[in-house]
Amino acid sequence: MLNAIIALGIAGLVFGAMLALAAEKFKVEQDPRMLEILNVLPGANCGACGFPGCSGLAEAIARGEAPANACVPGGKAAAEAISKIMNVDVAESMSEVAVVYCQGHEHNAEISAQYHGVTSCKGANMLGGHKSCAYGCLGFGDCVKACPFGAMYMSEEGLPVVIKEKCTGCGACAKACPRGIIDLVPPDKDVHILCRSFDKGPSVRKYCKVGCIACQLCVRSCPQEAISMDKGTLAKIDYSLCDNCGICATKCPTGAIRDESAVSREEVSA
Amino acid sequence: MITIKKVFGGVDVPGKKELSKDCPIEFAGIPGEVVLFLSQHTGAPSNPIVKPKDKVLRGQMIAEPQGTVSAALHAPTSGVIKAIEPRFHPVQARMADAIILQPDGEHVSDESVKPLASDLEDLTPEAIRTIARQMGLVGLGGAAFPTAVKLAPPENKPIDTYLLNGAECEPYLTADQRLMTEEAEKVIFGFRAFMKASGASRGIVCIEDNKPDSIEAMKRAIQPYSEIELAVLTSRYPRGGEKQLIQAVLGREVPPPPGLPLDVGVIVSNVGTAYAMAESILEGLPLIERIVTVTGEGVAKPSNFKALIGTPLSFLIDKAGGFNGTPRKVIMGGPMMGAALRDTNVPIVKGTSGILVFNVDQVVEEPILPCIRCGKCVDVCPMRIQPLWIAAYSERGLMEQAENARAMDCCECGACAFACPAKRPLVQWIKLAKAEITAMRRA
Repeated sequence: MLNAIIALGIAGLVFGAMLALAAEKFKVEQDPRMLEILNVLPGANCGACGFPGCSGLAEAIARGEAPANACVPGGKAAAEAISKIMNVDVAESMSEVAVVYCQGHEHNAEISAQYHGVTSCKGANMLGGHKSCAYGCLGFGDCVKACPFGAMYMSEEGLPVVIKEKCTGCGACAKACPRGIIDLVPPDKDVHILCRSFDKGPSVRKYCKVGCIACQLCVRSCPQEAISMDKGTLAKIDYSLCDNCGICATKCPTGAIRDESAVSREEVSA
Repeated sequence: MITIKKVFGGVDVPGKKELSKDCPIEFAGIPGEVVLFLSQHTGAPSNPIVKPKDKVLRGQMIAEPQGTVSAALHAPTSGVIKAIEPRFHPVQARMADAIILQPDGEHVSDESVKPLASDLEDLTPEAIRTIARQMGLVGLGGAAFPTAVKLAPPENKPIDTYLLNGAECEPYLTADQRLMTEEAEKVIFGFRAFMKASGASRGIVCIEDNKPDSIEAMKRAIQPYSEIELAVLTSRYPRGGEKQLIQAVLGREVPPPPGLPLDVGVIVSNVGTAYAMAESILEGLPLIERIVTVTGEGVAKPSNFKALIGTPLSFLIDKAGGFNGTPRKVIMGGPMMGAALRDTNVPIVKGTSGILVFNVDQVVEEPILPCIRCGKCVDVCPMRIQPLWIAAYSERGLMEQAENARAMDCCECGACAFACPAKRPLVQWIKLAKAEITAMRRA
């Protein structure tokens, strides 16, 4: 009994000493700022910055290989905190928000087939989906599943909705969408042309109530000349010129253009 | 007589060929609009050489090949080019550029459509390859690989055997069967041109034993040629897959991708391609029409049509007597490898071997159940991969694991999904993984 206690006690002391020596000898120098930076990052590991997780970005910033505002989801707060840690000037954060460029839910868009198979947008896209429109939302919610911040949900009609306040602009949804109908835009822009169909007007009219029919009324009515025709069949806003006046949204005959500020004004008055 | 070797995996599927196997090939007619996709072959899309409002004649080249692996495109009938615009591509399932031709109904041939040679002695291997390229020939078995590229194997990989694939193991389809029965001599002429162009000294015609009429006709047609033999295969799906065919007939195993049949000294071509080659040489006719089986319990009069490339499906279904009952599913290709369509207002492409229409009675739409690891998919997989795992990885977005599980080896034959008791869409998941892995490799 006593022998065992002594033997184990000595062995414990020896190993303890070895560990202490090893810890001193093989110590990895770590920038203390890295941990501080990691603490102010959101910790979602979304990968939007292009580095392997938040710790990867924190290391890169500490080494000076990434700018202080590299974390889009962290936004202004993280950028300011990191700038303080790194002792650099506060750089403007470039946080944007996601917009889904389709309003073709099941009441607006014509359904031409029933889809039976892998239940994801990527799967349905392999066969062209169940809607007549070959450009619009497939409605299986790959984007919602991809959102690391819970900033999206599927509406009752089967279209993804972005919760603007929660969206960090990481772009995971845009990457997940096989139809490429999600884009990141500056958060202060309220007017969007919510259609991505390059089909000609008459065919769009046939299968979707809210598609762009290339009538060009918006192009002519825009006082900033911010709207142009893409490939001649789809109106597109140049956000750097748009001043949110919303005139185009009132002119659009199909309602393909939505002015979010007008929508929220209506909600308030109602 | 060639002894047939054992092949791994496969499933026994009901043939269902009796619906259309006795229907002679008939010309489907000229539709109101012909839609010709610039990309209906493996490789780079062809480059249009006509403009809207141009008048074109039957057989005139309207798009030239772009790069080595590409194919030319020709006007299937005379008429006016209406537009070059994106249309829904039934195989790629996305909008793709197409030349829209408005036929004038005259069906006048271009002056280039004239016999090039009547005897193979007059043609060098190089000349045959040039004809294949000029005439826009692609493999008509389904993958639509440019024939001219196939006929030019690299010098360090000599070809000793050429297989002519008349197995037609897909249920329902009878296009190849009718072609072999009705045009055996032309098929063999085209086959001999392939053999000459590739330098193969031995040719084997492979037919499944459920086509006795084709076997008889081909037997007679190969009589004069001692270098061509006949192999009669037992019917089992997917016997007509290129790699399975080589294994069954020659006992050689093609290495997994990127391994090709030419790595074991073999080239395989479909009988339809051989017929198109013969038409190119004997009539000077480019690949502007092909044999399409329109069948299934959902069509009134199952038929085998000689249809112009670009003919809308709806036109062909009407020609086959229209729908018989309420259609539930329309498939382009065979029931095992074909893809369901969302719309019949799409044209056939060079690789379309059949159009199937099924009514509610034939379509099983059971819910997709969880995998119980029964292993049936592994037992039947001819490529010896494990579909259940690849599908599971793909479902969860784990594409690197899917690649390690050899997703790229999959030949998409559909035997696993057919055997799965849980009705899991295994092939669709694997196809998805293949597409993602290809994109990852390119990045």
